Parts: sequence; C-alpha cells; structure tokens
Amino acid sequence: MLNPLIIKNARLIDPASNTDHIGAIFVQNGVIVDTATGEIPGAPEDTIIVNARGQLLSPGLIDMRVFTGEPGHEYRETLASASKAAAAGGVTSFVCMPDTLPAIDDGALVDFIIRRAQNDCCVNVLPSAAITKGLKGKEISEFGLLKQAGAICLSEGRNSIQSSALLRQAFTYAANFDLPVAHHVSDDGLTGVGVMNSGFFATTLGLKGIPLEAETIPLSRDLQLALLTKVRYHAAQISCKNSIEILKREKDKSATISAGASINNLTLNEIDVGQYRTFFKLDPPLRSEDDRHAMIAGLNDGTIDTIHSGHDPQDVEVKRRPFAEAASGAIGLETLFSAALRLVHSGDTDLMSILRAMTIRPAEILGLNSGRLSKGAPADFFIADPDYPWVVDEASINSRSNNTAFEGARFSGKVMQTYVAGQLVFDHENEVPIA
Amino acid sequence: MSEQKTHLSSAVSAQNIGANIPFPHTHLLGISQLDQYDIENLLNRSDAMVPISRQPKKTLPTLAGKTQINLFFENSTRTQASFEIAGKRLGATVVNMSVKTSSVAKGETLIDTATTLNAMQPDVIVVRHSSAGAVELLSQKVGCSVINAGDGAHEHPTQALLDALTIRHHKQRISGLTIAICGDIANSRVARSNLLLLGAMNVRTRVIAPRTLLPSGIENLATEVFTSMQEGLKDVDVVMMLRLQHERQSDTSNKLPITPSIREYYRFYGLDAEKLAHAKPDVIVMHPGPMNRGVEIDPAIADGPRSVITEQVEMGVAVRMAVLDSLLNKGEKTIA
Repeated sequence: MLNPLIIKNARLIDPASNTDHIGAIFVQNGVIVDTATGEIPGAPEDTIIVNARGQLLSPGLIDMRVFTGEPGHEYRETLASASKAAAAGGVTSFVCMPDTLPAIDDGALVDFIIRRAQNDCCVNVLPSAAITKGLKGKEISEFGLLKQAGAICLSEGRNSIQSSALLRQAFTYAANFDLPVAHHVSDDGLTGVGVMNSGFFATTLGLKGIPLEAETIPLSRDLQLALLTKVRYHAAQISCKNSIEILKREKDKSATISAGASINNLTLNEIDVGQYRTFFKLDPPLRSEDDRHAMIAGLNDGTIDTIHSGHDPQDVEVKRRPFAEAASGAIGLETLFSAALRLVHSGDTDLMSILRAMTIRPAEILGLNSGRLSKGAPADFFIADPDYPWVVDEASINSRSNNTAFEGARFSGKVMQTYVAGQLVFDHENEVPIA
Repeated sequence: MSEQKTHLSSAVSAQNIGANIPFPHTHLLGISQLDQYDIENLLNRSDAMVPISRQPKKTLPTLAGKTQINLFFENSTRTQASFEIAGKRLGATVVNMSVKTSSVAKGETLIDTATTLNAMQPDVIVVRHSSAGAVELLSQKVGCSVINAGDGAHEHPTQALLDALTIRHHKQRISGLTIAICGDIANSRVARSNLLLLGAMNVRTRVIAPRTLLPSGIENLATEVFTSMQEGLKDVDVVMMLRLQHERQSDTSNKLPITPSIREYYRFYGLDAEKLAHAKPDVIVMHPGPMNRGVEIDPAIADGPRSVITEQVEMGVAVRMAVLDSLLNKGEKTIA
C-alpha cells in the first residue's frame, strides 16, 4: 500500500478547470483526493510530502497515437519499453495502434495487450482495435466483442480505409456500440508512391510528392459519413491548412467530430527533410511552413483537439536506406512535451492550449476520467520545469528504437517526475525510469 | 580568378591539365553542389580531354594505379561504358559491378554494399541507383570519392556537364542562350541537373511538357514553363529532348499510363520539322539517349543536320575523364 502523498508548492495547471495557480495536490490510494491553494490540512501522519519548488504540475499526458512492436516486432519496441519512454515524457496513458503482428482485431488480442500492460508497464496502455479484420480494409471486425474485451477505440492504424461503403458500415456499427473511431485519412491512389510533401522541395530532391488532396478528399468523405452515422469520429491526424478549413466548416455541425495532429506536423516542416534525412520521412508528410502555421492556428481556435506523438519505432535497418525505400515514422513519446513547449516559447500558443490538447481533450474523446486534476480522478500527473535546457541525445533514449526527428535538438523544458496512480514512475534525478 | 578560357589544345599533356584550378569537392553528387566557377573549371578540363580520345594513342596515365568501381544498380549501357572508357583512358583500373551479379539481389542493403566495396580500397566509385538520394547515402559510408551516374529522378551531373560542353562547342558560349528542355520532366534526372547547371550559367531555360509531366514547383527551377511545343520552341538556341520514361511507368501512382497513347504524345510533343521550325535557324538538337524514335523525336530530326546527339556521346567521355581526374588528382603532380 502506498503512503498518502502531498505535492506542495506546485504550479497546478489544469486545462479541464482552466486553472493555473500555486498549490498542493493530495493523493491517496492512487486517486486525487484534493487540490488546494497552499497546504492541505489534515493529512495523515505517514503522508509523504514532496516540495515541487514552484515547478509545473500537469495532468499526465494522454497520447492517442502510439505504435509499439508488440506483438510481432519486439525488437523495435515492446509495450514495456514504450511505457518507459512514455513515463520519461510525462505520458501517463497512451493508445496503442493495432498495427502489430498479428493485428489487434480480436478480443483475445485486446486481452493480451491489457494483461501484458498490467504486468510490464508503468503507464496506462489503452488498446485500440482494428476497424477491419487483419487491417485489410475488406470486412469489419467484431466491434462489440472488442469493446467488451477492453478496446478503447477503433483505428485502422497506419492504414486508411478506401471504400466509402465499408466506412459507412463501420461508422454505423461503431455508433451502435458507442465506440470512438480514430481514422487516418489518406487516399492510396493520390498518395501513390509519394514519399514527402508535393512541391518544389520534392521536385528538387527528385522525390515523388504526396498532394494535400490525398488527405483532404478522404477527410471530407469521412466527415460526411460521420454526420450521417453520428459516430464519435476522430480524424486521427491532419497535416495541412486545407484540412483545417474543411474541419472548421464541418465541426460546427456535430459535437462528436474531433481531430488530432502529430507534434511533428506542428513543429517541423518539409525543409527539415534536408538532404534525404529519413528520420523526417513521416506519414502524414511534413508540409510547408504555411501549413504548419495554419495548424497552430487550428490548435489555438480548437479546430485541432488533440496533439499526439505518433510514436513509431523503426529499426536502423529500415531507416538507413535511400529515402524512398526507407520506412516512415519517428519515435516521439519522450520528446512530446518538450517539443510542444517550443510552440509556447516561440509565442505561437500558450501552455494551457497545448496541455488541453494532450490531457482533457483526449480524455473526453476517449471517455476517460483521467486527464484532469480533480477530486476522484486518477493520480496521473507529471512535474516539469518548463525552462530546463537539455539536448536530445540518442544514448539516453528509453525507447528501443532511436529514430527520433529531434536528434540533437535543443529544448527548453523537461519532464522531471511522472506519477501514475500516485506512484512515481519516472524521476529525472535518477535519469532512468523506475520500472 | 585565373584565366578560365581555354581552347581545344592540339598538344595535350598531363602538364596543362594539371595547371587547372584544383576541384574543391570530394564527390560529384549533383550539379546543386557546384557553382559557376566549378562548372567552368570542369568544362575547361573537359575541353582539354577531348583531343586525347581523338589521338591514335588514347591514354594518359594520370590515374595509373587508381581503382575505379562502376556500381550500377540500374541497367545502363552507354553511361557505364562511357565511365569505363574514361577511366581506362586515364590509366585507372576499372571494375564494373552490375546489380545482377552483385549480392544486392540477395537482399544486401546499400550500406552493406558500400561498406564491402570500401574495404577493397577503391579510389572512386561511380554509382547509378533507382532511388533519389541513394548515391549521397552511399557517399557517407565510404572513404573514397563518389560520382553520381544518376540517382532516381534526382540528378545526373555528368550528363548536364556533357550537354553544356556540347553546347559550348557549338555556340561558343552558354550564358545568355535560350534553351528548351522538352518532355518527361517529372521523371527526369537529366532535366533537373540541366536546369540547375543552366540556371547557374545564366541561361534562359524553358521546360515544355504536358501538364501531367510537369512536377510541382517546376516554375521555380525553370525561367519559363510551356505546355505547347510551338510556343516554347520559339527562337530557342538549343532543344534538349528527353526520353519518355516508359520503364518508369510502374513508378507512377497506380501505374497510370503517363500518356494516353504514343501517337498523341508524338503529335503534340514529339520533335518534328514543323515544331523545330519555330526555333532559331542555327538551333541544335540534343538527346541524352537512348532515343525512342517516333515517340519523342522524329528519326529525320535525330539523324538530321541540327542534331548533335552523337557528339554528346563523345563529349560524355571527355567530361567523365575530367571529372575523374578532378576528383582523384588534387593538385598532386602525377607524372613528370
């Protein structure tokens, strides 16, 4: 049994209640019992008291898009190694994608993930289940049984369903079981063999481009079908200005439509690809600087609801290839908060906005009671120094793969301690996460 | 700057070739790494190489004792032969490796191949690969010079240099000319390298192609963009035709054909006498080869008086000799 815990002298920032003040948080039995300005009176004798020395205390981050390699590709990442990386990044819950071997398209596999997470993982692992059997885009999986087994939402992972008829059926059936659907939007035909944003840079590099329409056309289709079926629809990740404009028009029509963005598309652009740097080969691709600005504006006005890492571990073998032949994806759990702080330090947005998109909004979309600093909520939170200077170093990465788009990046701000259910799972002082 | 201009010299020796400015690069990965002076320097050196191939004794032992590996992941007859002849005329030991005989077919990665070849201590590796950026990637993993002999739709620098040399021979200058590049721009590394080189040399460049073969952002690489041959060819000094990349058809999205039919392509974008009549009377016609006669060019034009296509092949050897010599002879005196 854990001792009761008080963290005092913390800057409590809670987007759910839109509050930001110095105070204390009282935790007992893994749950937030109270928050207060100043000390909490009447704490039991065996209470552990931690002085946060004025550092930030935020609800733990909820990352809606994380790939692991378990089962099937454990050399890339296990659930355990992903959870260590998450803890180091202040991420206390993440949704794992169904793109595993085999794909998570069956209740037994959802159960496997949940049991494995309970045994090995220091953060909350929320399994998403494949929309279609085997992620093949042909027939829908057993949504009811998947939900009963514990699937938090439906997702087609890296894939995007091409058939409108199949999507309509999936959305309708998902609405029947009140399961959220987080769908990556990509038109396979328009994407073709494209490997980066279409435009001048792709042309000079001699690489095939991916036009914006490969995203906007399926996005429009998805939104129309979401309105038709009243499904809890989440556009998993959008990347460009045109998508923001489309979403802005359609979101007003329904409260159950939401959209996410990768931190990469908010902080990087196509120029980062440089001379064929494969760690910047991402899906969706990094777009233009204009698109990035529009995305930040979308975050500020609420068009973008959530920010995720898109954590996608890939081994050296598949990344050290010519750009077009290399695998897509970058890890990001450990750098999610620090990268998001860049947008705060640059004056593009504020702390409350980035935290809202990584705490309460994902919690609301997924129907979780975490992501907030309120009485009765799980004691999932992290303490951070928003100005702490550090450099991302390949050697200190917790993830089993090191394909970070932020190698050598200089960040201001770092997660110092992470707590899940009141238990310390990461402490910067110890440099390594506590298993 | 020292005097850049050189003429075809009758008495060529290692001495006057070595008198050029040292080439300030380790590799030749693309035209994008070169500035105007690098380009002029290479063209001047190439000029000096031309007579060697016309001599009865076609060798100059400046690269004696050096090892050159031609590593071709993509089929090529003429470019590989050109590099091989260039290396041999300078006395290098030349080894050809093509994909079919290498272990790449057995799943060895590009990096493995690079590391393995590097252990054999070559002095230069000439690489052709179907992926853009592959040659640059390989260059990071070896300790010798690397020459890009074509990487995907990215660059083919020696082709652009040999084209420039051919143009200079006919027009006595490059700067100030109007040059049209016609055809499959989207899939062409030759077009990209030429646009970069000609842009650096202050040429008025035009690209002419159906919209489906114009890549996004091309207007930032060429001075003017045309979709009509008749309009685009008006008053040009040089026409560069591109091969319609039949073999790259499957690369494009969904294997969509890049043109509805050959006859339609030829009608609108094939170079024939009627279209060529819009150019200047002394226009020269170029093609990097291999040609699709009757697809992008009328055989009568290809073999006609305005064609300099076979001369391009000859200049190719000279340019590759110059590039090899520039990369491998860094100011050191090789022969007395």
